[in-house]
Amino acid sequence: MRKKLVGVVASAAALILAASACQSTPTTPTPVTPEFNAAVGKVFNPSDHKGGTIKMAISEDWDSVDTGDTYYGLSWNLLRLYSRSLVMFKAEPGAAGNELTPDLAEALGVPSDGGKTWTYKLRSGVKYEDGTPVTSKDVKYAVMRAIDSTGTLKQGVGYQGGYLQAFLDLEGDTYGPYAAPGVDTKAITTPDDSTIVFHLKQPFGGFDYFAMLPLTAPVPQAKDTGVKYKEHVVSSGPYMFATYESGKGFTLKRNPNWDQATDPNRKALPDAYEIKLGVAADDIDNQIETGDIDVDLAGTGVQSAMLAKLLDENDALHKRADNPGSSRLWYTSINGNVAPLDNVHCRRAIEYAADRTGYQLAYGGPVAGGDIQTQALVPPIPGYAKFDLYPAGADNKGDATKAKDELTQCGQPTGFATTMAYRADRPKEKAVAESLQQSLKKVGIELTLQGLPTSGYFTTLAPGYMVEHKIGLATNGWASDWNDGYGMLGAIVDSRLISPKGGSSNLSVRDPEIDALLDKAFAEPDVSKREPIWAQIDKKVMEGAFILPGLWAKSVTLRSKNAANVFVNEAFGQYDYLAMSVAG
Amino acid sequence: MVIGPDTPTSTTALIGEGLVESPGVPPAGAPPAAIRGRSLAQIAWSRLKRDKGAMAGGVVVILLILVAILAPWIVALLGHPPDEFHQDPALMDLNRGGVPKGTFGGISGDFLFGLEPLNGRDLFSRVIYGSQVSLLIAFLATLLSVVIGTVLGMMAGYFKGWVDGLIGRAMDVFLAFPLLLFAIVLVGVIPESAFGLTGNGLRIAILVFIIGFFNWGYIARVIRGQVLSLREREFVDAARSLGARGPYIIFKEILPNIVAPILIYSTLLIPTNILFEAGLSFLGVGIRPPTPSWGEMLSSAVRFYNQPHFMFWPGMAIFLTVLAFNIFGDGLRDALDPKSR
Repeated sequence: MRKKLVGVVASAAALILAASACQSTPTTPTPVTPEFNAAVGKVFNPSDHKGGTIKMAISEDWDSVDTGDTYYGLSWNLLRLYSRSLVMFKAEPGAAGNELTPDLAEALGVPSDGGKTWTYKLRSGVKYEDGTPVTSKDVKYAVMRAIDSTGTLKQGVGYQGGYLQAFLDLEGDTYGPYAAPGVDTKAITTPDDSTIVFHLKQPFGGFDYFAMLPLTAPVPQAKDTGVKYKEHVVSSGPYMFATYESGKGFTLKRNPNWDQATDPNRKALPDAYEIKLGVAADDIDNQIETGDIDVDLAGTGVQSAMLAKLLDENDALHKRADNPGSSRLWYTSINGNVAPLDNVHCRRAIEYAADRTGYQLAYGGPVAGGDIQTQALVPPIPGYAKFDLYPAGADNKGDATKAKDELTQCGQPTGFATTMAYRADRPKEKAVAESLQQSLKKVGIELTLQGLPTSGYFTTLAPGYMVEHKIGLATNGWASDWNDGYGMLGAIVDSRLISPKGGSSNLSVRDPEIDALLDKAFAEPDVSKREPIWAQIDKKVMEGAFILPGLWAKSVTLRSKNAANVFVNEAFGQYDYLAMSVAG
Repeated sequence: MVIGPDTPTSTTALIGEGLVESPGVPPAGAPPAAIRGRSLAQIAWSRLKRDKGAMAGGVVVILLILVAILAPWIVALLGHPPDEFHQDPALMDLNRGGVPKGTFGGISGDFLFGLEPLNGRDLFSRVIYGSQVSLLIAFLATLLSVVIGTVLGMMAGYFKGWVDGLIGRAMDVFLAFPLLLFAIVLVGVIPESAFGLTGNGLRIAILVFIIGFFNWGYIARVIRGQVLSLREREFVDAARSLGARGPYIIFKEILPNIVAPILIYSTLLIPTNILFEAGLSFLGVGIRPPTPSWGEMLSSAVRFYNQPHFMFWPGMAIFLTVLAFNIFGDGLRDALDPKSR
């Protein structure tokens, strides 16, 4: 019964859409034709219409709306509405979304002292919601509270990511306004109210990416209440909190003290935003279909019931689907610590023998799962250059001849046996393991599959455990914190991050040459010189066959019925929440 | 409900079931047929034969056991190897993540139950092979519970006193044990090899141990009650007065008299154990992929809930098996113990 109702609504929706498409053609310069992927790489339904309310929903709460205490992509996407960090990604479709642009700062960072000192000048005239001007001291305070050594804000990229602590020239192990109240640090200085200077221990060329982190959005010290600050975040952006109900939702209204003249990155078209928490995921899909909700905040794609409709090219809803890629790589670590995989030829045999289409199917096929990946860097990362060292035959199902050739060079002409670990409560990873078991069997590589619980997966897979249990392969996945070689590769190819206790995302890449290249890339301040180094590292990882790349992940999302200026921002792999507005 | 050669049973019941071998009129000229008494097993069998439901259940049970034993030949004849992938564009829509083409999961002469979504494995073969694991674990675990339960139940009932007290408390502990949680934890930490077993052999052994070892409490209780009343009977007193010792009395005098409850309990415990194994596999702590079991298939099918054929076949297999065992067990109880009707 319910299903039937939904069907009626769907066709009605399609009719209305078709009608509005016809009507709008003569009036708007760009015709609004709903089509598959209409919001990927271009703006769907561009408009300058002001007013209206954007309605958003999510099935569960995320970590926090506090700019210093959040690590979720959806949150970083959303918080640009009510806060301004020093630097931000451009709110534009296509590759431009991966470019940095100054936001609270006048210009990108100015390095000196060989990349050890970074200076930012703030725009003048930026004010908080209560009218007080934003100063560089507020930015310094915001950064220090986010990386505070007590971990008061333990969910954010500041404390958890550990990026700034690793590079900032901090004094001692106790720092931050909660751990050391009243103690000033020389790692960040503010010569005047509009200048902020970061002092590093070692040169880091990509510091602008750190300045992009939400934790650089200003927080007035007088208004900070620690963890409770999220209940009333003081806005520096075009919108401010009108209501905040913990666990239920909140609304944003216009910030009267925001000045368009100080802000080239935001158009601030809608009048208000309504965010509901705890709406059932399937219900969100249905409400986007009918137009009651505009955005599923989670931005990870629709549930399987809706997915079935969106993938069906004959379904009217197919035209409202988008298929954005994220900066997530699904792959399998090949552990060179276990014989015979300590021989690069045996690792390469796995690269050749693996059935790539099987890997892709395990995640749902080319649309719901993603594109077949043949390297560590994924396309949205600047510096990405496509290559394929181990062609898997015309049908992408594996090249048995080449694989056997590598096995012979490895001294294992008849194949060998090893164990493959996967996260038992992730059906897709189980499917990957089963698929690899099938395809590797064809060249004589026998896999024993070992499911492990997801919680503690990386701690369990400590180097010692993997050797003891002869775990040669382990499913893995990584999404970069931001689209740049460091964000993508830093955590998964640096062998110095592998601890005997386990816990590192890098389970298999051990190569001193790669480590040296990483150091070179860290120190390089020139983007045009830095990006080729990431590509070089990418190639090294594949030459050593330390990982078996699987997929560049994609998701299937349902476009809003009422919204204008809809496009996917590559920096988040989601619709851009800052640009989206209500159609006139 | 004591039944056995040494005990008097309700005579009315026996007469009611017919003590006379051939009730028909003997042909003329032939010597009159001797009126022979029948053993209680024969009487129970004749009662069972008349219970159509129980017989149907029994036939299904026997068929299932045959299917499990003959699985390799059945599959060779009618299916594909259970691990063989069929990610073939002719059979499946690969762009939509491997949705089988055709009616109800691509049922055809080639794939009797259709294809598994995503991997395209032959569901018929997997259901047939799945019966091996499900039945093997259920049977072995039942055997283990029954052996432990019978021995301890008889000891508790016969010796009474502190032995009864000790075994009784042990029963309480085992009955109160959070078995499911324990099983999940234990199976989760199984190493690759132990006790001279590796891989799935070890996993099956451990599943049998967990399911069997923690389930003896119920049957031990039943047996203990039976033995408590049996040990006071005249034939036991007679044996004792002739000088028989404990073990002799337990095994020669009492055990034959509790065969019926053991048999009934076993048939009813098997379906419970099948469900328990399915539950464990469903939670992902059963045997390893790619070996199929019904619970594992159900567990994988959850992800494809908009392709219900995947869930239908293993679900149907579990449903039929449990139903058949339960009906058969019920019929068996009625046949062995007419008073319970």
